[in-house]
Amino acid sequence: MSVLVYIELDGGKIKKSSMEATAYAAAYAKSAGSSVTALALGLADSAELASLGEYGASKVLHLNNAQLDKFDAQVVTKLIADAVAAEGASVVVMSHNYAGKHISGRLSARINAGMVAGANGLPDTTNGFVVKKGCFSGKGFGYFNITSDKKILSIAPNSFTVEKVGGTASVEAFSAEVPANKITVNKQDKMEGGIPLTEAELVVSAGRGLKGPENWGMVEDMAGILGAATACSRPVSDIGWRPHHEHVGQTGIAIAPNLYIAIGISGAIQHLAGVNQSKTIVVINKDPEAPFFKAADYGIVGDAFEVIPQLNEALKNHKANN
Amino acid sequence: MNVLVCISKVPDTTSKIQFTDGNSKFDENGVTWIMNPTDEWYALVRGVEIKEAAGGKVTVINVGDSSNDQIIRKALAIGADAAVRIDANPTDAYFVAGQIAEYAKDKNFDIIITGKETIDYNSGVVASMIAEFLDLPHVSVAEKLELNGNSATITREIEGGSEEVSLETPFVLGANKGLAEQRIPNMRGIMMARKKPIDVIPAYDSVNALTATVQYEPPKPREAVKLVGSAQELVDLLHNEAKAI
Ligand SMILES: Cc1cc2nc3c(=O)[nH]c(=O)nc-3n(C[C@H](O)[C@H](O)[C@H](O)COP(=O)(O)OP(=O)(O)OC[C@H]3O[C@@H](n4cnc5c(N)ncnc54)[C@H](O)[C@@H]3O)c2cc1C
Repeated sequence: MSVLVYIELDGGKIKKSSMEATAYAAAYAKSAGSSVTALALGLADSAELASLGEYGASKVLHLNNAQLDKFDAQVVTKLIADAVAAEGASVVVMSHNYAGKHISGRLSARINAGMVAGANGLPDTTNGFVVKKGCFSGKGFGYFNITSDKKILSIAPNSFTVEKVGGTASVEAFSAEVPANKITVNKQDKMEGGIPLTEAELVVSAGRGLKGPENWGMVEDMAGILGAATACSRPVSDIGWRPHHEHVGQTGIAIAPNLYIAIGISGAIQHLAGVNQSKTIVVINKDPEAPFFKAADYGIVGDAFEVIPQLNEALKNHKANN
Repeated sequence: MNVLVCISKVPDTTSKIQFTDGNSKFDENGVTWIMNPTDEWYALVRGVEIKEAAGGKVTVINVGDSSNDQIIRKALAIGADAAVRIDANPTDAYFVAGQIAEYAKDKNFDIIITGKETIDYNSGVVASMIAEFLDLPHVSVAEKLELNGNSATITREIEGGSEEVSLETPFVLGANKGLAEQRIPNMRGIMMARKKPIDVIPAYDSVNALTATVQYEPPKPREAVKLVGSAQELVDLLHNEAKAI
């Protein structure tokens, strides 16, 4: 009765979100007196896979097949279901990122496993199998009891503190029939360098207060200094100042980084819905009445065009000395 | 093209979210209900556009009680041709997707579209569940769809960018911003919607929910904001107090 964790590979490397999922699975497995088996699909070397031991996996099943580097959720789901059967796993864990959103629901339907999508915290098994998750777009949490024998937890990115436990996992070849992809991946258009918003621990975000796309240089500078991802409010992506994938909020991406810095964003309820789970929120706005200050931990009332260059200087010095 | 669009009813984005009965229930008092934004703006409108371009029919489907008829009427006013309501409490995503799949399985839909995620339970998995129940491919968080006969080219959001994929109908799509532009129903649409039937059917016994709501919890209130006078002061607080940098 092991816990199975699905590992997402990107160019042969384990994604950070999958390390988080492994650590989560290990913490649950420990409390349940069970162990973690990881399933990795696609090209990766054994040393990379064995490193999952550091996050608590004892065994890695590896299906080394180049077809799997082109993502088709239907194929991945079938293979996870095969691994669940082979391992007799009762709990499956994965990240609730883009891939996880594609796979977890399919797997639930395929193996009739109840799921909590975007789980936030470990299951409480004192009375059933109760898992917390954010709902109402950041305006509340719900606790859901999974009543089926098999269970799927896709965990909210950046919601679990990863601690390395040390150790290496054994890597075993996993064999299963791989059906043909029904989806052809033609091309990817990914940001060069930088940190994807959904994986970022620090986020610098700006809104209409910046007046125009030509003023984002100082925002990108700050992100560069901090090693942060950049985000924006909805109108900013609507008018095309910034790409859609930076739009955070109720109708964009919901994030929960350790630090969210909001520059020239008013703090409309729909914007807050996507960011108010951030651990620390900093607001820089020239209007002291901006609603965002009510949702912030720290604030500077001032003109972004003066404050941001000063802040970048101070951050640069801080980084140089720490 | 025979298109099915799945729509959900959710609290308006400006609603104050509160819980009652010892936080065991969502408090519906004073809540205004709307069609889930990505269902309405992108899934439905793109479905209607497909019909306008290629001919065919758009059916909307909802799982819920008769209080959902208002959003169904709105969907008909925006341009859906027919509506189905499965008369049951939408307990969880598995139940909703399973009910919709049971309805759809012998109806030969070419494309089934949902919004990328509802703004109440934020799970974003209904499209993928329907697809698996029906053994169809699916693409979610789709921001662009081009159709050429039965071949589709779809751009979907991925970590830090997008990916272009192609596939053949039938398939399931989870709709995001970019897929279509919001449409406001006009008078003619509203009048016509009144004449369109809503087919109310009972729930399928074969599908049951696999989760139960135990309890809700409001988010922890933040302490009052600390306003600081200088950039240096902010950096010091972020480092020493918040330990965020
Ligand atoms: C159904 C629905 C869904 C929505 N979903 C989202 C969503 O997902 N995400 C989202 O972000 N919005 C969403 N919105 C829109 C939301 O209501 C707001 O309109 C939007 O967030 C405002 O963006 P903004 O803060 O960038 O712009 P504004 O509201 O125009 O605010 C600009 C701010 O910049 C400040 N400012 C101006 N100049 C300066 C300066 N020089 N220095 C410092 N500060 C300055 C101003 O004081 C102001 O507070 C949604 C709306 C609806 C109706």
